[in-house]
Amino acid sequence: MKRLCRDCGILSEDLPGAGHSRCGACRSPRTLSHPELERLSIAHVDCDAFYATIEKRDDPAIAEAPVIVGGRHRGVVTTACYIARRYGVRSAMPMFQALRLCPHAVVIPPNMEKYRFVAGQVRAIMREATPLVEPVSIDEAYLDFGSPGDRSAPPAAALLARMVHRIEEEVGVTASIGLSCNKFLAKIASDLDKPRGFAVIGEAEAREFLAPKPVGLIPGVGPAMQRRLDADGIRTIGQLQRIPETVLVGRYGRFGRRLAGLAVGRDPHPVETISAIKSISAETTLDRDLSSLPELRRELHALCARVAARLEGRGLAARTVVLKLKTTNFRIITRSRKLESPTRQLGTLFQSASWLLDREAGSASYRLIGVGAAEITDADAADPPDLFSGFSVPGASGDV
Amino acid sequence: MKLTIERGALLKSLAHAQSVVERRNTIPILANVMLRVEDGRLSFAATDMDIGIIESVASESTAPGATTAPAHTLYEIARKLPEGAQVHIEASGGNGQLKLRSGRSTFTLSSLPTEEFPVISGGEMPYEFRLPARELRSLIDRTRFAISTEETRYYLNGIYLHSTEVSDVPLLRSVATDGHRLARVEIPLPEGAAGMPGVIVPRKAVNEVRKLIDEVNDEVAIGLSETKISFRFNDVILISKLIDGTFPDYERVIPSSNEKLLEFDRREFQAAVDRVSTISSEKSRAVKLAINGRTLTLSASSAENGTATEEVEVSYNADPLEIGFNSRYLLDIAQQIEGDVAEMALADAASPTIIRDQSDTSALYVLMPMRV
Repeated sequence: MKRLCRDCGILSEDLPGAGHSRCGACRSPRTLSHPELERLSIAHVDCDAFYATIEKRDDPAIAEAPVIVGGRHRGVVTTACYIARRYGVRSAMPMFQALRLCPHAVVIPPNMEKYRFVAGQVRAIMREATPLVEPVSIDEAYLDFGSPGDRSAPPAAALLARMVHRIEEEVGVTASIGLSCNKFLAKIASDLDKPRGFAVIGEAEAREFLAPKPVGLIPGVGPAMQRRLDADGIRTIGQLQRIPETVLVGRYGRFGRRLAGLAVGRDPHPVETISAIKSISAETTLDRDLSSLPELRRELHALCARVAARLEGRGLAARTVVLKLKTTNFRIITRSRKLESPTRQLGTLFQSASWLLDREAGSASYRLIGVGAAEITDADAADPPDLFSGFSVPGASGDV
Repeated sequence: MKLTIERGALLKSLAHAQSVVERRNTIPILANVMLRVEDGRLSFAATDMDIGIIESVASESTAPGATTAPAHTLYEIARKLPEGAQVHIEASGGNGQLKLRSGRSTFTLSSLPTEEFPVISGGEMPYEFRLPARELRSLIDRTRFAISTEETRYYLNGIYLHSTEVSDVPLLRSVATDGHRLARVEIPLPEGAAGMPGVIVPRKAVNEVRKLIDEVNDEVAIGLSETKISFRFNDVILISKLIDGTFPDYERVIPSSNEKLLEFDRREFQAAVDRVSTISSEKSRAVKLAINGRTLTLSASSAENGTATEEVEVSYNADPLEIGFNSRYLLDIAQQIEGDVAEMALADAASPTIIRDQSDTSALYVLMPMRV
């Protein structure tokens, strides 16, 4: 079995016996070994408390202080540094609550322009490590280092260690790595050892690793699906593993097939670069069937916010907005409209989506609502400056 | 109903009617034009429920009556008939058919009952005034290019026509904007328009009126209520619903303290922008203006096409400035300037810029810069 030094990125033979957990080359104690270390090639890289880390980098005086970024919009925590997290401060927490937990925290309003610039630097280093980078949001991405068939190329683990080292040295932010055989497991792995982590989930151990975990860990299992599974007596992934795929498909439709695969650690979705991304969407199965326009609009606004955040994170914009509705009798309705210019702004997405909703929603009741951004472009030509943007124009606001 | 009309006269009236009729209709009767013979005149009526047009022409008629028939089909038939041909149209009430004969051609079209045809009426028009055709043309031509096509901003999908007063002079103003550019044109307020409400005339009505203006030389009578506007040409009356919305307070986006003044030959500038923009990417259409002393350098670049630059001699009174614009917007405005010298009043690379004709203060254009 090989041992990887996370500081120098060198793989050395892991000899049994005490004292050998240090790197054979640089004597660093930050090493890692795993039976599949040389075979795994898909990683999820997640920057640690990204916005707060950047603020600390730029102001050494607050390096040791609890730092909270947020507050400008609706007064919620956007990012809390690891010191603030020790006090119980979490992302999306109302600011007053965060300050009650950690009254001496330094609160900094977000500077998206700066974070975007830093994210670009991080991404450039990622792309030097492998061309197959799929950004998920401003501070995380999936990387695919290709099949390990090429014996002459260093294994992904070594390339990742060097890459994350460069990000620390050259950009001044830290990131955690999850390495596995697919996106689903890599994403779970990156969360195991934060901050500055490097965790591996091998193909062989996936099933056993997942078994005790709650079903909510599976992407796509939101509160509504969780309740449905719960009603069927399913709470852990292990319970799912024991149900045949045909039964899951019969019970939960197409999603049943994905559930069956993910439960045993199989995820067929490949890492895709931006140019392969056709659309970005978000949808939700409603807690109860809705027909009232204000309630549907509220759901739509939250979904638009998710899509806007993902567009923003990936540095993308969209030219077309798609509204998806599923009626209580399972009829799926999709409506779309093309925008004057590409957008990644919540206000514009919501305005178009609710325009479509207003024309569609009437007496019918819906069980699912979704919004998609299609005709993806890069963000260069997005949201051209508008004469009226600084003024309140009737009907032009993104508010519900 | 029985009548005879010369092909040219028929074609002209049908052209007006079919232009209002939508290509696709969920209500069958709206695809039809109504023909009515009464007191020796033939009238045509068509509507899309937002705009209605009624036209009346002289014809040789032998029997009064009315019918409706598909407008686009009837127009195509008239268009294909030989010039100068006499067209005989006949419809007998009961059988739901219209018969058209001309020379050796015969057409039978199915018609729908006239009772189904919506009534086109403007209702009472409390404000009435007359405008010389060329003034109405100028109000439309110099603003309609800026009308927004963004349906979510429905209140920008037309021309805002309203009265105002500048240094005690009452004016009739037309304003259009899509948020990226704004056009404002004014003429002295015509008699009868004092106190008129500010109204938003929808784009389709503006375009239909614009087509009709070219056929008259003298005056157009305009009638106005809170919800409708009518335009009366010689034999044609067009009635349109108004956009039910509030036009934004556009005065607030017209900068008042842009002190960097750039003067240039309008034609030279227009041609240079046109040439340089050949290179601009299809998506952004951006051109960059670098102004330094007496030289304005226009440039464009795109990853696919390469680069272009051109220098234009200008007069400029301030520190060097670089600013980007959508070339199409620059050309749209330059095209509407008739004088030789145009003027730009700038603040900085991110603020709205004013463009106007140095010899004509009746029109003013505001353009939002682009990031370049």
